[in-house]
Amino acid sequence: MPTVDQPPKLAQRSLLSRVMIGVLSLLAIGGCIVSLAAFAYGKNAARQSYDRLLVGAANDIAESINIIDGAAIADIPVSAFGLLSLALDDRIAYAVRGPDGALLTGYETALPPEGAARRQADPFYFDSTLQGEPSRFVTVVRRFSERDYSGTVSVTVGQTLRARNAMAIDLTKGALVITGIAGIALILSAYLVIRSAMRPLERMASELLARDPYDLTPMQADGPAEVAVMTDAMNRFMQRLDRQIGAMKHLISDTAHQLRTPVAAIRAQAELAIEDDTEHQPQRLERLLRRTRSLGNLLDQMLSRALVIHRTDNAPPEPVDLRDIALQVLDDCDPELLAPGVEVDLIITDAPVIVMADEVSVTEAGKNMLTNALQHGKAPIRIGVSTSPTQSELWVEDAGKGPPHDVLSRIGGRFERSAASQGNSAGLGLSIVHAVAQAFNGSVNMGTTETGFRVTLTLPTQNEDNT
Amino acid sequence: MIRYLVCIWMLSGPVIAQEADAHFVSDVAIDPTDIVVRSTTDIGVLTPALDAFVGIYPDISITYEQWGSNALYADSRAACDGQIPTADAVLSSGVHQMVDLVNRACAHPYTSDITRGLSTARVWRNELWGITLEPAVIIYNTALVPADDAPHTRFALLDLMRRAESPYRGKIATYDVEASGLGFLFAFMDSLEATTFGGLLEGFARTNAVATCCSAEIIDGVAKGEYLIAYNVLGSYLSSTPRENIGVIHPEDYTLLLSRAYMIPKTATNKDGAAILLDFLLSPQGQDILAAGNLVQRRDDDTTLLSESAQRTIAIDPKLLVAMDRHRRSRFVGQWRSTFGALPEGGFLSAP
Repeated sequence: MPTVDQPPKLAQRSLLSRVMIGVLSLLAIGGCIVSLAAFAYGKNAARQSYDRLLVGAANDIAESINIIDGAAIADIPVSAFGLLSLALDDRIAYAVRGPDGALLTGYETALPPEGAARRQADPFYFDSTLQGEPSRFVTVVRRFSERDYSGTVSVTVGQTLRARNAMAIDLTKGALVITGIAGIALILSAYLVIRSAMRPLERMASELLARDPYDLTPMQADGPAEVAVMTDAMNRFMQRLDRQIGAMKHLISDTAHQLRTPVAAIRAQAELAIEDDTEHQPQRLERLLRRTRSLGNLLDQMLSRALVIHRTDNAPPEPVDLRDIALQVLDDCDPELLAPGVEVDLIITDAPVIVMADEVSVTEAGKNMLTNALQHGKAPIRIGVSTSPTQSELWVEDAGKGPPHDVLSRIGGRFERSAASQGNSAGLGLSIVHAVAQAFNGSVNMGTTETGFRVTLTLPTQNEDNT
Repeated sequence: MIRYLVCIWMLSGPVIAQEADAHFVSDVAIDPTDIVVRSTTDIGVLTPALDAFVGIYPDISITYEQWGSNALYADSRAACDGQIPTADAVLSSGVHQMVDLVNRACAHPYTSDITRGLSTARVWRNELWGITLEPAVIIYNTALVPADDAPHTRFALLDLMRRAESPYRGKIATYDVEASGLGFLFAFMDSLEATTFGGLLEGFARTNAVATCCSAEIIDGVAKGEYLIAYNVLGSYLSSTPRENIGVIHPEDYTLLLSRAYMIPKTATNKDGAAILLDFLLSPQGQDILAAGNLVQRRDDDTTLLSESAQRTIAIDPKLLVAMDRHRRSRFVGQWRSTFGALPEGGFLSAP
């Protein structure tokens, strides 16, 4: 690929210099075209003006020819040479020739090409040389039909090209000076315009340079559309980074805070179990087991929360059927183990309930909702799915009255354990549900219904025609 | 300090046109390079300038040949065609002939700060330069012509010639246009300048005026009383042969001013030397020497109280080519001959 071969210097050149080089080369090409055009124009103008002098002189001479005693005699007027000497430094040739082409007066060097005199085309211009110097000639023909003279007399006048060339160069120079001034003005204004167009980029660059590497707050998103898109994308990226870093910090600090106490407790129980007499040992081991299981739960929840936050940021949402989730939750939770003898009813519809979400995250949320109900609620417990054109719900309901009002207002934060949690809950369950709801534009509602207390995860319905 | 040699050949007939030559060389010169100058100007008139030149440039010597203007023109044409060896510089009062030579691409271009300073009327194509500025004057014998009769304008001269019993019958002289290139030029310029020319010719015819060839002869004739008035005499020649009884008139209607034209032939062998001589002649020092010899009439000259418009410099430009035109010339000469009669058999004894 050609871009690979480009030297790094080229790649690092600033946008301003690139655009300026582009503009300059455009102007240079334009300047060349204008110069050529100006020169062609100047040459043409000079040719036309001096051709008129030439033909004027030729006509002057032709007018001065009289037939005297049967011979054509020219009385060359000074005015003819006055016209020609307007071209100050040009040599002159002229010739008056009779019908047979014989020179009557003037210079032999002014010789029209073969057949020019017969051509009658009036006046007849041609290019030739004068003593080796390129020259321009014109021939005009005058016809006589006198008693003693009948035929044509041709007058050929020519001059060298110094004045023409000087005039052409003068005109070209004039045009080039104007073009040059215009070009410089264009370059200056192009520079200013491009500079001002680049200013948002420069500002962004300097802002980024000046920014603390740990600062992940959004940048100012004003400026032209192209730049705003970039800022916007960068801000989104930084937000995600910020969230991930936040989640990581939470995980680390949670782990530090929350694991220290249970581990210490387990160690204490284990030490006591070793020191105690055999009579109390089974009791100690029982406690040790409970503590260990509680620690396991805590770890499960912490990791699952980390997983949910990670996935909601990284796994792209895809169509998920909430009925499958409800079934999966019921399968995974194994109610018999958590709350033996408690019946869990599954209430689902026939039609699929599709939302855009991450299956793993929503399943995790559902598991936590069901686990909470199994641990804190009263039987019978129901898990269900309901839908409307705009919103779909995954809910878990128990027959109890729900937690007290003051607990309900605090519930959902991290490590907010209720009194009823009996020490084997980490208090992370509802916070996971909240995180999932937030990630997929949904909400979490808790409230009492006619039949008990219900926790609902509401997500926007994915209509099939939207996919 | 300066030695020069003059040979005067005074041979009759136009076959050998070179009339005299002289060699200018500095006393201190060691093996100088020579430049050959062919000129219509009398050796004596240019001697001070050429002496000064070889004094300043001792490594250059000058072979100066004096020619008649028509012969010099023919010689330069032939040299231009490569038929005969050429001079290194040509200086002629037949300015129209010089313009014709340049127009035939016979000249070598040269520019210097000095030549660039010339007015446009005194330079053409940077190949032809006007060295001098000499008036064409009317001279008269102060002893024989009453002061009241001295014609200060051409109109006065006309009136003089129209008198019934004119004492000037056969006593008015001018150049012959066929024998003298300069005479032709002056007469031709007169015919262009004013309508008085027709009247003058008529007057010349009426008074049996004499057309002759040479300045020296005319001036001598006037001094001796052979002629009373001479028309269109080149004023500079008067200074070389100063006479007490000759009055000089710059015609007040207009006075023609001639610039002798200097050309470096393209076939010249010592173009550099010729260019140095040109620059010297045009330099302030050269012009001062020429002015002292009456060859350059200064604008602020006290002796002539002519208005600007009365001074008609014969411009060195292509308009002079009209004077070289075959038809125009034969018509003009025909008109002249009908006034003055045929050219003497075998021409004049000495060409101009």
